[in-house]
Amino acid sequence: MLEVTGLHVAYGGIQAVRSITFHVNEGETVALIGANGAGKTSTLKAISRVLDAVGGDVHFCGEKISHSAPHDIIRKGIALVPEGRGVFPRLSVLENLHMGAFIRDDAAGVAADLQKVYGYFPRLKEREAQLAGTLSGGEQQMLAIGRALMSRPKMLLLDEPSMGLAPIMVQKIFEVIRAVAADGMTILLIEQNARLALQSSQRGYVMESGEITFNGDSAMLLDDPKVRAAYLGE
Amino acid sequence: MKKGQFFRSMPGIGLAAALLIALPFVAALGGQAWVRILDFAILYVFLALGLNIVVGLAGLLDLGYIAFYAVGAYTWALLASPHFGLHWPIWAILPLGAGLACFAGVLLGSPTLKLRGDYLAIVTLGFGEIVRIFLNNLNAPINVTNGPQGITLIDPVSFGAFKFSGATQILGVSLSGPQKYYFLLVALAILVIIINVRLQNSRVGRAWQAIREDEIAAKAIGINTRNLKLLAFAMGASFGGVAGGIFSAMQGFVSPESFSLIESIMILAMVVLGGMGHIPGVILGAVLLTVLPEVLRYGVGPLQMAVFGKMLVDPESLRMLIFGLALVLVMRFKPAGLWPSPERQRELQETGK
Repeated sequence: MLEVTGLHVAYGGIQAVRSITFHVNEGETVALIGANGAGKTSTLKAISRVLDAVGGDVHFCGEKISHSAPHDIIRKGIALVPEGRGVFPRLSVLENLHMGAFIRDDAAGVAADLQKVYGYFPRLKEREAQLAGTLSGGEQQMLAIGRALMSRPKMLLLDEPSMGLAPIMVQKIFEVIRAVAADGMTILLIEQNARLALQSSQRGYVMESGEITFNGDSAMLLDDPKVRAAYLGE
Repeated sequence: MKKGQFFRSMPGIGLAAALLIALPFVAALGGQAWVRILDFAILYVFLALGLNIVVGLAGLLDLGYIAFYAVGAYTWALLASPHFGLHWPIWAILPLGAGLACFAGVLLGSPTLKLRGDYLAIVTLGFGEIVRIFLNNLNAPINVTNGPQGITLIDPVSFGAFKFSGATQILGVSLSGPQKYYFLLVALAILVIIINVRLQNSRVGRAWQAIREDEIAAKAIGINTRNLKLLAFAMGASFGGVAGGIFSAMQGFVSPESFSLIESIMILAMVVLGGMGHIPGVILGAVLLTVLPEVLRYGVGPLQMAVFGKMLVDPESLRMLIFGLALVLVMRFKPAGLWPSPERQRELQETGK
């Protein structure tokens, strides 16, 4: 479904992503793991076109999207949940969710999807009228994922959903991510929390200094001694 | 009945209309100077609401807003004065002034699309100064703007034979020039208020809010941030252009001096002090910041005489001192502005700031 070929991202002279190639199949959850500064977020930003890539191609459902305008990416069916959540702090939870459906004009479908999001995250319904900026970190992450789902995407890009959250909240968020995946969503998941990411995905890629150094089935990566030593703290 | 609803009910609207109509006649009791101050208050309401689109709705900090006002003012001055011997009618100049200001807005907007916050403020500040210095020096080699002397004898607003300068009798009521301008300005201000309200609740308005809150997230949900930011600059600038044209006609004289940085800052202060992004707040801010310095101008001297029997401090310096102090106090105790939007008020309460 998503094919990334030779993607290259640089900030000035600094090479953040050096010609990486990977793919995500339809219905699959793929984890992209690696340490801080390995180039994971840059990869995601380049796919969602928030950032310009220096080289390489990205195809989605057979269509080349590496030169699309950033605001068109969501129209192709890819929804990004940005790093640090990126909710609209001075809008209410409900307004944030409606913003997620900005590109849609089917009011009935939007209303149905709103109920679906509330189904995944009952907490959001309770906080419907509250300003997003006053939610806890975990609730903001829920809102960011919910907002992305409101565009009825074919694929979700999740950037560090566990970042800065209490362990119990991380568990809750990942339960929902697995539930969304079980309902058929294709997901590319970026995480520093390698164990959790690999436990929640079918396949994984390991990034190091802008390059992909390992890849394979998540179960296999979880057992790989090198991955265990470097990323699972063993 | 809640505060906001009263002004939407029929008796509310009637009362507000009666007040607006009576105001210039009440002010005239204190002399035509007060009617002029009233005119300026409404002109500033117009300007502040234009800037509110850029700063309040789209969140783009623009410190050079006065440049668009200047473009509108000079468009009128050059096309309706003996300077070039041109006397174009209002329906030609006012749209042209708005159009040129809009073009200037896009011109400023396009190179600054990637800038935000303080960086954007610095570039827009520079742009405002460039326009002013340009006007100041464009008297050689070809005399276009007449340099620092400015342009005089500018035509007043007129519709056919009906001129807005000088006194006229309408239905047995004598109206002075400033009083006629007052009604013209009120009509324009009501128009700009309607446009602002409509924009705020529109799809475009929501997109601007999203850009203001988080630009990357706005892009990710499918908002064309480039076009919408340009639109905000263009719309804000057009309002500035219209206000400039009316200013030119009302004063009969323009010079680059009227378009200094302090003017930009004053208009921004009206928006921030009143309540950024909240239309009634911005109106209140504009009226207060125009009227307060004038009240102090006429009030501080006599007050000193009454209390101390002599002038202790030069009224002019004391006026600015009190004015500055008032600004500081408002920002200290009402950080969201005097009349913030309900959401902003709620935010301050919830976060306990």
